[in-house]
Amino acid sequence: MPAAINARPGSPYARIMGVGGYRPSRVVTNEEILERIDSSDEWIRSRSGIVTRHWAGEDETVAEMSVAAAGKAIADAGIGAEQVDAVIVSTVSHFAQTPSIATEIAHRLGAGKPAAFDISAACAGFGYGVTIGTGLIVAGSARHVLVIGVERLSDLTDHEDRSTAFLFGDGAGAVVLGPSPEPAIGPTVWGSEGDKADVITQTVPWDEYRPGDAFPALRQEGQTVFRWAVYEMAKVAQEALDAAGVAPEQLDVFIPHQANMRIIDSMVKTLKLPESVAVARDIETTGNTSAASIPLAMERMLATGQARSGDTALVIGFGAGLVYAATVVTLP
Amino acid sequence: MAATRKEIIAGLADIVNEIAGIPQDEVTEEKSFTDDLDVDSLSMVEVVVAAEERFGVKIPDDDVKGLKTVGDAVGYIESHQS
Repeated sequence: MPAAINARPGSPYARIMGVGGYRPSRVVTNEEILERIDSSDEWIRSRSGIVTRHWAGEDETVAEMSVAAAGKAIADAGIGAEQVDAVIVSTVSHFAQTPSIATEIAHRLGAGKPAAFDISAACAGFGYGVTIGTGLIVAGSARHVLVIGVERLSDLTDHEDRSTAFLFGDGAGAVVLGPSPEPAIGPTVWGSEGDKADVITQTVPWDEYRPGDAFPALRQEGQTVFRWAVYEMAKVAQEALDAAGVAPEQLDVFIPHQANMRIIDSMVKTLKLPESVAVARDIETTGNTSAASIPLAMERMLATGQARSGDTALVIGFGAGLVYAATVVTLP
Repeated sequence: MAATRKEIIAGLADIVNEIAGIPQDEVTEEKSFTDDLDVDSLSMVEVVVAAEERFGVKIPDDDVKGLKTVGDAVGYIESHQS
């Protein structure tokens, strides 16, 4: 007869308690991008909707930006850093695998000794993190979970490639998840399509990179990504709405990963969202910040009054892998 | 029943009009999507997906690159429709 094992009861549900963001101080205009590529402001705007983006300075490290964003999210949640039981960091641009950056961030926040780890899910990282965090809370493994999406994509940009040089930005976004008596995070529709692993890649794997070589950069097959993002991801977004039991008319806010304004506009059209739904278009002044884009857009929409606390929002992330994650949440 | 060449051109004209706002009668076989019809690489994806639905064909991304003119697309659809 095996020994009886105690289980720790979890919360029935989880919710987003607070959100915070950090945008690097340096604003980079299209004019500055054009110093290194043969293109035009009009071309960049019409293909991507991007007018400016933020690039991190030397002292705005992945950890530094994360601590700033997370500090705001913790304050917004109304808890103390020591109440955070787990820290999940999603990033593809922290250039040391060991140790994880999550432990340093947790320590610098004064969070005590929470569980802390990094995940790699590219532009779907925020949704992956929220899904894992929700599971931890419901399973009783943690009461408060900090989920951070952070990127310095300017480090992974080929500044001479006219198809991508204007696209990427840097920044950090964070949310605090906590227990909830009623559902405030819907079922996640998530997955991967490894048969499309070569659609978005890093030009040179780290084990083949040698000092003096061109630094690895992100590259993508634009048309393939566009088709997948607009048409396949619209289906995933619809599935997330259905799984949550939320009709399009009940939706207040749509926060897709800020990959490209054209993708956002086409997704809205394909999903046939009512005009009453506020759509995140943070990409215009932020660029594509991968895992950070959804929490950054969420924070800005709440700060500017485009969205309100208690609103029902559909969020969807999608990117290299290919991977995706969509869910419906109540905004903090 | 398979669409005739004339029907395919008319269908593409509707699609290009819807996506790029170009008048239907300007969408003729010799026109280049990019140079003459204001259809950039991303709009081209939208045109292709709309054409797939309308004509019941599959146009993989690798083949999209070969469709420079309206005539190219008409020929492709004509030979690939079931």
